[in-house]
Amino acid sequence: MKKQASFIFSPDQLNYEFSETHPFNQKRIILTKDLLEEIHAIQPDEIVVPRSATDEELLLAHDAKYIEIVKKASKGEVSENIGSIYGIGTEDTPFFPNMHEASALLVGGTLTAIEEVMEGRSRFALNLGGGLHHGFQGKASGFCIYNDSSVAIKYLQEKYGARVLYVDTDAHHGDGVQWTFYDDPSVCTFSIHETGRYLFPGTGNVTERGNGKGYGTSFNFPVDAFTEDESFLHIYRTALREVAEFFKPDVILTQNGADAHYFDPLTHLYGTMKIYKEIPKVAKELAEEYCDGRWIAIGGGGYDIWRVVPRAWSHLWLTMKAIPAPTGALPEEWLKKWQPESPVSLIETWEDPPNLYEPVPRKKDINEKNEQMLTRALHVIRNGS
Amino acid sequence: MLVLDIMKNDVITLNSTHTIAEAVHLMQKKKIRHIPIIENDRLIGLVTDRDVKEAAPSSLSDELETLLYETPLSKIMKTDLIIGHPRDFIEEAALLFYTYEIGCLPIVSNYQLVGILTKTDLLYNYIELTGANQPSSHIQIRVPNQPGILFEVSKVFHHHNTNVLSVLVYPYQDDESYKILAVRIKRMNPLSIIEDLKMEGFQVLWPSEPEMNL
Repeated sequence: MKKQASFIFSPDQLNYEFSETHPFNQKRIILTKDLLEEIHAIQPDEIVVPRSATDEELLLAHDAKYIEIVKKASKGEVSENIGSIYGIGTEDTPFFPNMHEASALLVGGTLTAIEEVMEGRSRFALNLGGGLHHGFQGKASGFCIYNDSSVAIKYLQEKYGARVLYVDTDAHHGDGVQWTFYDDPSVCTFSIHETGRYLFPGTGNVTERGNGKGYGTSFNFPVDAFTEDESFLHIYRTALREVAEFFKPDVILTQNGADAHYFDPLTHLYGTMKIYKEIPKVAKELAEEYCDGRWIAIGGGGYDIWRVVPRAWSHLWLTMKAIPAPTGALPEEWLKKWQPESPVSLIETWEDPPNLYEPVPRKKDINEKNEQMLTRALHVIRNGS
Repeated sequence: MLVLDIMKNDVITLNSTHTIAEAVHLMQKKKIRHIPIIENDRLIGLVTDRDVKEAAPSSLSDELETLLYETPLSKIMKTDLIIGHPRDFIEEAALLFYTYEIGCLPIVSNYQLVGILTKTDLLYNYIELTGANQPSSHIQIRVPNQPGILFEVSKVFHHHNTNVLSVLVYPYQDDESYKILAVRIKRMNPLSIIEDLKMEGFQVLWPSEPEMNL
């Protein structure tokens, strides 16, 4: 019988660990899974153990030379000077033992998720270990070694001949995926993020629309710093609906960085739990409308792993399972179990407390700028030129 | 950086005996607004979209059509030209654009037309100079306007083994005792660097709270 959803998980996904103090911390996967288990939202038969990506699969989106360097770095055989040419051994993306194996497992997890859906075993699939959208063909960048989305999209094209809509709601621009498919008209990349005027990686302007045959299949929606729920969601809903209608995908792959939240230490957006409740709903709706329901979701950024990510990511799974979003208090057991480890006071309810932050003085300007940006970004499809 | 690094080398040109209509068609087809007029590879004039519009004030009249097809460009081209050299610095070229309010600069060397630089090319080049075309984060720091400060700031980047992609120095409002450094660094996580900059006593203006006017 076809499952409603598959939860791709193995404790080995936590081996992708740069150091104890690095902001990218996969413990958030455990925290999320544990929260979902506390509310009895996951059954054991829904958990699928990820496989590792083969070299051949990694080669779909990465250079042989780069894979070879990562393998050597895995065994501690690469100097910092050589590593930095390939973006590894840097403060952002340091070396760590067995980094090749750990990275290949995250890619394999996303491939496993795709197989679950495309082979008809499951309606939806979720791999929280994936979403490493900054990885380039021959270079690591911004905490990302191999780019699971890029490999997975190539895999979807080659094995299933699918037209893919990639949707990236991480607060950072999904540059690695965009550049990989910049010339390809059968893949549409969609990224909503904090403007690159200040934030890493700096790209993701509305003027980046694709190149050559792929012109018109890259979409970027850079929102201003301090953008709040209402404006963020308005841009996301309007834009994604119009882009899906325009592109008519066979399958939707969503990258679900949870770093657009007010608490996130690395970004400057003022999102709350409301956007994380809403983001998966729209993705699922559109997948049902255009793709016969084929929707695969992966993780991404998210650096407040205690107060933000577990609650935010839970909504992905709950939406897949069509379980109504819980409200009110979080399970007491979960709070009791994790509060001692958390350096900050956990939020005790599914919703964020009211008045999370001081009102933003330039709110009107910010919303107005975002609205203008939306019109510019969608001009191509609305006016057909 | 020199003009030859950013100018366009294949220049679309016409002769003075070509007609206005030919110039109009070429401008439309190639999406350009300036056509240098040459004779034996020598630059003798320039026709811009404005010259063409002045010669043909209304595109609705049929009588003018004939006129367009008969008038040679020699009648409307400008011959008193501002030109540049391939080894000019782009700052010098930028000043020419600003001073003479021109839209393009034909580049001439050894009496021959070797390239063309438009306002748009120049603007794009300035965008690239800000370093926004490589994965990086942007930090703005207010520093005292004193010799040696850049060295002090860059020690922090050095300490964190971080590549700096671009540095711009701005005046700070009307206060001459400070400057603003706008730095693009090859880092996704700038938090430890920002902390150290603050520890060294520098004021980090961005990242900031929303009250700050950017």
